[in-house]
Amino acid sequence: MREVIFYLLIIGAGTGGELCISRAMKVVGEVKDFRPTALIGVFGRALRVPWMWVGVSMMGTAFFALLAVLSMENVSLVVPVTALSYAGGALGGKFFLGEQVTRRRWAGVLLVCVGVALVIVGRR
Amino acid sequence: MKSSSLHFKTYLLILLMVIFGPLGNVLLGKGMKRIGAASLGTPAEVLDVLSRVLTSGTIWLGIGSLITFFVAYTLVLSWADYSYVQPASAVAYGMVALLAHFMLREVVTPMRWLGVLIICLGVLVVGQTPPRTTESS
Repeated sequence: MREVIFYLLIIGAGTGGELCISRAMKVVGEVKDFRPTALIGVFGRALRVPWMWVGVSMMGTAFFALLAVLSMENVSLVVPVTALSYAGGALGGKFFLGEQVTRRRWAGVLLVCVGVALVIVGRR
Repeated sequence: MKSSSLHFKTYLLILLMVIFGPLGNVLLGKGMKRIGAASLGTPAEVLDVLSRVLTSGTIWLGIGSLITFFVAYTLVLSWADYSYVQPASAVAYGMVALLAHFMLREVVTPMRWLGVLIICLGVLVVGQTPPRTTESS
């Protein structure tokens, strides 16, 4: 039961955090200059977007939940299980970020989810 | 920006994500296995686990790898769709299985390898879609 709560935290807070960070980076705009000073400027601008802070907080929560579950289970099980966030990610991309998720992309996400299910079933 | 250039920098950063993300997770797994199953019943137990986590060199190496992953991930999200990057990075699941098998001696069953293969197939399907479907602001 405790593992399930940690998995839910990893998936829920992790996906939510990634969506918030993605939204923040869309506000910052496309990065075209990869020189260190320019990159520092990019991260400085990103830190002024509230979505970035919400996202980092959620990802921090997911990180500690990941640490907890890694102390109990094998990494070759834990990490694939966290891929259950793909369905939520595609939905979030469509409805939260306004991305156009094509049928082909949905098919890819579906395959990923089937693969994750097999990884879970393949547990010894 | 030209489509070929956009694809090149997208693939380059996804490659960094695919290397450092799994490496970070495997190092965290190794570090946490050494610490043992986390008992988080009381604040004292939480502090004890936290102090052992923060003094583990393996875990810090894992955190360093994950920070590298995070920087690449954040940069690529400045131009590419989240729903493109997230599944594309799923190649990392194959890497995790390989690293767990060879670095941590974990037993990966044939069914689990099949699952990883199908995940990678899904990644290939996603990779054939355009990286950006929204206008950059």
